[in-house]
Amino acid sequence: MKTPDPRPTAVNTPLTDTPRRRAILKQLRSHPTVKGSVIALVLLLATVLLAPFLAPQDPYNLAVLDLMDGRLSPGSASMNGFRFWLGTDSQGRDMLSAILYGLRISLTVGLSAVALATVIGSLVGLMAAYAGGLIDTLLMRLVDFILGFPTILVALVLLAMLGRGVDKVVIAIVVVQWAHYARIMRSRALQERRKEYIEAALNLGFPAWRIMLRHLLPNCLGPVMVFATIQIANAIVLEATLSFLGVGVPITEPSLGLLIANGFQYLLSGDYWISMFPGLALLLLILSINVIADRLRSALDPRST
Amino acid sequence: MTTQPLLAVYGLHTVFHSEEGAWPAVSGVDLSIQPGEIVGLVGESGSGKSVTGFSIFGLIDPPGEVIAGEVLFKGQNLRDLSEEQMRQLRGNRIAMIFQDPLMTLNPVLRIEEQMLEAIQTHTRVPRAQALKRCVEALEMVGIPSPEKRLRCYPHEFSGGMRQRVAIAIAMLNQPELIICDEPTTALDVTIQGQILYRMQEICRTHGTALVWITHDLGVIAELADQVAVMYAGKIVESGPVSQVLDAPAHPYTRGLLDSLPGAIQPGQRLQQISGMAPSLSNRPNGCAFQPRCSHALPQCATSEPERTTVDQRTYRCFAPLVALGPAA
Amino acid sequence: MSHSTPPVIELRNVHKRFVKKQDLIQRALQLAGKPPEPRTVHAVNGVSLAIAPGEVLGLVGESGCGKSTLGRVVSGLHRQTEGELLYQGTAVEQLNRMGKLAYTLGVQMVFQDPQASLNPRQRLHQILGEALQVHKLAPMGEIPARIDKALAEVGLAAEYRNRLPHQLSGGQRQRVGIARALMVSPKFLVCDEPVAALDVSIQAQVINLFMDLRAQHGLTYLFISHDLGVVRHISDRVGIMYLGKIVEIAATAEIFARANHPYTQALIAEVPNVTRRKRMFVPIVGEIPSPLNPPSGCTFHPRCPLAMTRCREEVPTLEAIAPGHWSACHLNHTSA
Repeated sequence: MKTPDPRPTAVNTPLTDTPRRRAILKQLRSHPTVKGSVIALVLLLATVLLAPFLAPQDPYNLAVLDLMDGRLSPGSASMNGFRFWLGTDSQGRDMLSAILYGLRISLTVGLSAVALATVIGSLVGLMAAYAGGLIDTLLMRLVDFILGFPTILVALVLLAMLGRGVDKVVIAIVVVQWAHYARIMRSRALQERRKEYIEAALNLGFPAWRIMLRHLLPNCLGPVMVFATIQIANAIVLEATLSFLGVGVPITEPSLGLLIANGFQYLLSGDYWISMFPGLALLLLILSINVIADRLRSALDPRST
Repeated sequence: MTTQPLLAVYGLHTVFHSEEGAWPAVSGVDLSIQPGEIVGLVGESGSGKSVTGFSIFGLIDPPGEVIAGEVLFKGQNLRDLSEEQMRQLRGNRIAMIFQDPLMTLNPVLRIEEQMLEAIQTHTRVPRAQALKRCVEALEMVGIPSPEKRLRCYPHEFSGGMRQRVAIAIAMLNQPELIICDEPTTALDVTIQGQILYRMQEICRTHGTALVWITHDLGVIAELADQVAVMYAGKIVESGPVSQVLDAPAHPYTRGLLDSLPGAIQPGQRLQQISGMAPSLSNRPNGCAFQPRCSHALPQCATSEPERTTVDQRTYRCFAPLVALGPAA
Repeated sequence: MSHSTPPVIELRNVHKRFVKKQDLIQRALQLAGKPPEPRTVHAVNGVSLAIAPGEVLGLVGESGCGKSTLGRVVSGLHRQTEGELLYQGTAVEQLNRMGKLAYTLGVQMVFQDPQASLNPRQRLHQILGEALQVHKLAPMGEIPARIDKALAEVGLAAEYRNRLPHQLSGGQRQRVGIARALMVSPKFLVCDEPVAALDVSIQAQVINLFMDLRAQHGLTYLFISHDLGVVRHISDRVGIMYLGKIVEIAATAEIFARANHPYTQALIAEVPNVTRRKRMFVPIVGEIPSPLNPPSGCTFHPRCPLAMTRCREEVPTLEAIAPGHWSACHLNHTSA
């Protein structure tokens, strides 16, 4: 039973702007888990950006590595007094540096894959919703077709054909993921297209592209953006999975997944740090992204504001 | 009036809490309804009329809160009752009908189940007898082939039919009072006529009292015995319908009547009330209507007019349009 | 009314049908023998109208009568299924590109829902200025001045130019919708229930605005509403629609004084009137039929207190029963 709510909406507040964005941010900030997640994420982002400066060792520079330093436990020092705070892996790589660089790759893959998929998927969904008819049917059958395949399978096949590399991983993820965005954008755009301001735009003789991009798109971004934020975490996990399986990034540029894979064999012999610390880093990254995305979703829900 | 009123409301205050403070939706409403009487509660959006109805019925949920006042139903203060006790009254002695019949009707249950539930919650009646009452209730609101229609789902009815079903459910336990919150606003004119006809019949045959909340003065004129006009959370004028509509005391009532298209020759400019009704956050000092009032006195801006009662009429105004003497 | 100037808008036997598409499952079920459900909504069923320059034609009807669809056909948002639509004497189909643009901009629409009729992401100056920019109707430097003028004309202060729609009240949003329509200097406005969603006191303001603008700009209106009182006040002529057809049309004073069609009479009797007191309601019976399944013959016959056998079988046509007064009812043919 919904009691009438006569509280003033922005209508009645004086001329000073209180944009909805501010209200949403306020709601986000107020939740304690969100605060923690934002702090964690900001720290992670900072370390990732500053990785070249923070990392004591460049894990990709094979010349620096010394096999003699291999599998040293956390806190131990190398031959020349260099302290490995998180231990080393089998190649003598400093885990701390490797994790910092690995986070970089994870975030790069996550963000670029999602950005590309969002752009492609949104445009397709928008076109399908606006054009309707045959174009809509064709595009949506294509979407259905793509969504029928499990993402990992397609990614595996694609990467087998394309080879290893960060850019190829991004392509593989985008090829499957864009279809989700298309669906979401299309359903939102179908609702929005019926609204009278779109009819008004048609009535004023605006060209189709203008109505789609200037009028329809900005008002349909909400659910797509929320989905995208959640998908960043998914893309990161996907990349980690693919690298774990050995088809993602090259061995010389380990991502978190590859690090976890490398350390797997040593897990039972007691050298836990080679897998565990990358795993923890991955967990922390995904957790903070998911918490923020979840709160973003409920904050963007128009009924709550 | 020597008989005890069926419903008497004194000093009702309802607020809605928010970060910026407590917004006063209803600020001191007094109502009195005799058994079998039809009272119209008229106002525009933001006047607090719906909130008044919900407050009486006890449906104000947080962030709303009824913070003061008495709601006496047959002498008993509803605000003192527990939720369990209120539930026994609701749908039984007092009922409510809403603007959207889908607020009453559960879209996934058949009408039969919903009506039986309404009966059996309050009285232990064998199913066959309860079904008979349901059929009678549907007949009373003019639904053809009621036995078949009982098995239908709400979406199989048109808007007007759904509202009739909602009225039938409200009438199942022969309540003494029905609060109607804009039940015909969303309906076509001819369907509205049918509903009003049914409501009139029900009130006549069963002696049910009605609180009819609406913005449509025409409906009140033709249906109600008493009318109360609300503005910015207060009742600014009340009294018998013919007296108030023929000779309104408050400038707002006059303004409303004058701005109706029928009040003036077609083609002429309508008399408009300038400005907008104040929102909850910027209610002016003094009389809330003063910024828009063409009869305002200097004191209207600084002090709030008290309620003046003359005979059966009340008004809140320092400069009433009609001199209401004892003879009025 | 001079006969040399063509009517601004003319409709000749216009039909608009909507057909619900069947998906695969429904088609399969139908092949298997399930009786076909009605899928065609005959929203506008043979309407012929001519609206002269400067006239206000009020169009009244209840849900499902097709008045909104008719409005959208007139403004070009829907293409008619059958029949001709003429703008200033020329059929719209035969207009060249320039002519089509003139028609699109010349017939503007004011919508019912103030909330949905403005782009929530655009500020007022963008909403108002966009058409001028897109169609290059004014040099860039002049546009801000035009916007301020438009705002002033509908009674909004110039500071509102930076506001977003959700910062305006319903009445203010409706004014912006009107200003937006006027920016392209139209000749004809289709007003689709423009005051239905507004409070009574705001309605009066907006109705006055419509009347003022009509006088100032020499506009022609098709004023669609379910509110007889409002239509009576603003219109020169009134047409009553029922289930896709016009059942009666006449000058305003004439139709209210001498309503001929039983539906018109019922409408006028049913409208709550503030001057009447405590009356016994005697409503017309029956539900408004669904446009998917209209009754045979005269579609009003199931609800008509005066229905004859003929009404069930034959569709009545609009005939002149007095100069300028047309009605579609078989009762006009009886000797009584």
